[in-house]
Amino acid sequence: MTLELRGITKRFGALVANDHIDLRVEAGSIHCLLGENGAGKSTLMNVLYGLYQADEGEIVLDGVVQDFAGPGDARRAGIGMVHQHFMLVPVFTVAENVMLGHEQTGFAGRLDLAAARAKVREISERFGFDIDPDAVVEDLPVGVQQRVEIIKALSQRAKVLVFDEPTAVLTPQETDELMAIMEQLKAEGTAIVFITHKLREVRRVADTITVIRLGKVVGQAEPTATNAELATQMVGRAVELTVQKAPATPGAPALVVENLTVVDDNGLKVVNDVSFTVHEGEILAIAGVQGNGQTELTEALIGLQSAAEGRVSLGGRELTGLTVRQALDEGIGFVPEDRTHDGLVGEFTIAENLMLDRSTGAPFVRAGSVQYGVLNAFAEEKKAEFDIRAASIQTAAGRLSGGNQQKVVLARELSRDLKLFVAAQPTRGIDVGSIEFVHKRMVATRDAGVPVIVVSTELDEVAALADRIAVMYRGEIVGIVPGTTSRDTLGLMMAGERPEGIVE
Amino acid sequence: MSGSTPTDPGRGDAADGTGTAAPAAEAAAAAAPASGGRPVVPPRAEPTLLSRISQSSVTVTVLALVLGLVAGGILIAVTNSQVQATAGYFFARPTDFFAAVWQAVAGGYGALFQGSVYNINRPDFLSGIRPLMDTLTFATPLIAAALGVGLAFRVGLFNIGGRGQMLIAAAAAGWVGSTMNLPWGLHMILAVVAGLIGGAVWGGLVGFLKARTGAHEVILTIMLNYIAFYLLAFLLRTPGLLQAPDSSNPKSGPMADTAVFPKILGDRYNLHFGFILVILATIFVWWLLNRSALGFRFRAVGENPEASRVAGINVNNVYIYAMLLAGALAGLGGASQVLGSVTSGVTSGIDAGIGFDAITVALLGRSRPWGIFAAGVLFGALKAGSFSMQAAQGIPIDIVTVVQAVVVLMIAAPPLVRSIFFLNRPARRAAAASRLPEVSAK
Repeated sequence: MTLELRGITKRFGALVANDHIDLRVEAGSIHCLLGENGAGKSTLMNVLYGLYQADEGEIVLDGVVQDFAGPGDARRAGIGMVHQHFMLVPVFTVAENVMLGHEQTGFAGRLDLAAARAKVREISERFGFDIDPDAVVEDLPVGVQQRVEIIKALSQRAKVLVFDEPTAVLTPQETDELMAIMEQLKAEGTAIVFITHKLREVRRVADTITVIRLGKVVGQAEPTATNAELATQMVGRAVELTVQKAPATPGAPALVVENLTVVDDNGLKVVNDVSFTVHEGEILAIAGVQGNGQTELTEALIGLQSAAEGRVSLGGRELTGLTVRQALDEGIGFVPEDRTHDGLVGEFTIAENLMLDRSTGAPFVRAGSVQYGVLNAFAEEKKAEFDIRAASIQTAAGRLSGGNQQKVVLARELSRDLKLFVAAQPTRGIDVGSIEFVHKRMVATRDAGVPVIVVSTELDEVAALADRIAVMYRGEIVGIVPGTTSRDTLGLMMAGERPEGIVE
Repeated sequence: MSGSTPTDPGRGDAADGTGTAAPAAEAAAAAAPASGGRPVVPPRAEPTLLSRISQSSVTVTVLALVLGLVAGGILIAVTNSQVQATAGYFFARPTDFFAAVWQAVAGGYGALFQGSVYNINRPDFLSGIRPLMDTLTFATPLIAAALGVGLAFRVGLFNIGGRGQMLIAAAAAGWVGSTMNLPWGLHMILAVVAGLIGGAVWGGLVGFLKARTGAHEVILTIMLNYIAFYLLAFLLRTPGLLQAPDSSNPKSGPMADTAVFPKILGDRYNLHFGFILVILATIFVWWLLNRSALGFRFRAVGENPEASRVAGINVNNVYIYAMLLAGALAGLGGASQVLGSVTSGVTSGIDAGIGFDAITVALLGRSRPWGIFAAGVLFGALKAGSFSMQAAQGIPIDIVTVVQAVVVLMIAAPPLVRSIFFLNRPARRAAAASRLPEVSAK
């Protein structure tokens, strides 16, 4: 089936999210949609999937103009979607999830689970998946859950399959497997739309590449194009993909973590007996697939995890058992993983967000009153220094783009006197230009002699920043390796294996 | 407790006859769990009910008020006997019907105005303005309690406990006012302070339990309302506690003259010193929320407790402080009621439904201090005017409650108001117009 989008335009108020986008996806090919976050890729796919109605333009399948009132119509027309955030019911079994939305029923509405199981088995066999139809989805690893999503789409005879940022949650090995599945689907004649901002993946599987910037198609690219060429096209200007940094000159040990264990609400050890040291003037990257204890580890460092055991000390001073306030006063700067949820108050202005963790005492509070004059001057200064693009410092933080929101958080955390800087997923969901800026600031912080911990699931980021890399798997540190370690080795470690010659 | 059953706390009939159960407040309470508010608050992809209300535009508020008055007008017309009679021969002489409707509604709202702002039938200005003074008198405890509710709203807490906090405050202030012998001035100050502390304790208890156990504040405040009501009833029925000596009625002794709020504009008007206190309280809350560091933390926790926690703000302490202050503000309302408006003594209906009306007022004032002040004056006017509406036109007081309820209903559902007034379409047209230049430029 050939999918064609003709002149798709979607506006939200004054914002034009998609501006006359034309796209043609042939059966049996993989079409990559490349663009930064906020470029309009997801909007376009939501139009295709019937979640949004286009203001202008038409969707054509095999020469027939379609009119989708909702996802149901799109599905019936043969369009399937594997969402970035899985649309599965965690407590249902694989078979139940696959039949959800188009249940086959027998007498008096009895569910025909046998048919669903048979379908799961049939598709699994076709692609060599090893999936038990009766397994409960929440017990399955993330990579397998994604396969359930794929089975779900295929069970409805999808001829056009959209993958929305599918590799964000996968290990490098799982990503390789997904690529193989995509190749197999392509060989069966499925038209595949692959949305991503990861250049490496694009060049590996794409037959055609369309680059989108600010809601417009800015051009096609060949899979043979270099990373730099693709990035330049995506951002609209030349970008430095690697951070310029001098070799680290580590000083004395600063942060010493000994036998740290964090237990979650269910009594599971999400961080299990972790020990490591970070020196002054070095960046330690904590790599690993999402959900292997990195979040809890960083939270424990600043006192957000009350159920933590073990010892943490910074420059000889004990951090164990401190409240967040005390930890911040010890000189820890912290960029949380989810900035809109944990890093900013969306309704507050940029200026107010800049004083969020300094609402007691100087310089912003005197005699119980907020010194708005001081605060506003500070905010103006930081807005210029960190290149925060906003109408004014009184703009609500929630209205900023992801990159600018992250700059606000960075500006707040880096303008204190730091003895340790912890950044969790500092560049997740922000544009390439901002990534460049964030990375430069982190290296500058390191060069100022501050120990830096960066948690990242993106190997590109880990490779760009790290002086040393600690890989976490199921709450434990698999090993700590030099920053120059190869991707393959890191990939194996992220899956829990310890390659020979690696010591903890 | 003895076998006797005091009045049902849900009804709140008052000694001075102004009691109104507030269906609007109950509706708000029922909607509250949707707002979240456990110590660990789920992610907020959707705006919460509280943030939606506090962010609703002034236009929506005004239009909601208009809709409330329209609904009240319809009820006035429907229940009017003249309108009913003329409706019988509507098709013969429709003009009669419309004239009757006009007369009923205009008469009703005219009486409302005369009873709440200015009585044109009085000979001179000073007596003509008396209704306005009554309005402000009614508004006094309402504003105080609503400031307490509104302050809690801003911290993300749905404080339904205005009633309980007022009752405890009234009991404390009433006890000091009726049983102690102190010089003028000092007595009054001590009584007010007792009221503030009483309310603060009752509110702070909620904050403490929420912070320590994670219990939901809506459940806590509602249950503490019952506890306060029956506790007060017990105190009033037990000789030697709060009950007036030599009396078997469930009522305290009258307030001593040394404790009663002075009339600030002379004995001609009922307006008492409590109104000055309420103005000061409004200024204080404004400063607290907009200028103080504590208020900054309050608002931060109210908007995003997770980010506040990560930023080193002790969210649990903020809940406790906020509820202490909210309780004290409601306590000011209770003290003002017992020391200013109903000085004959504390009864278990002393709150006169104000604790619930305060929720409505706080919503209408969008949880902003001066918005609450204005909304409180408006509700005071509705209350003052409803008596003359009943006296002059025989219109039931309950109509005013309906108006209040409709207003809050509409404020809680801005899309409904906008669709009633077709406010969505112009916005779309404006957006279309702003696009035109781009198109022509191509």
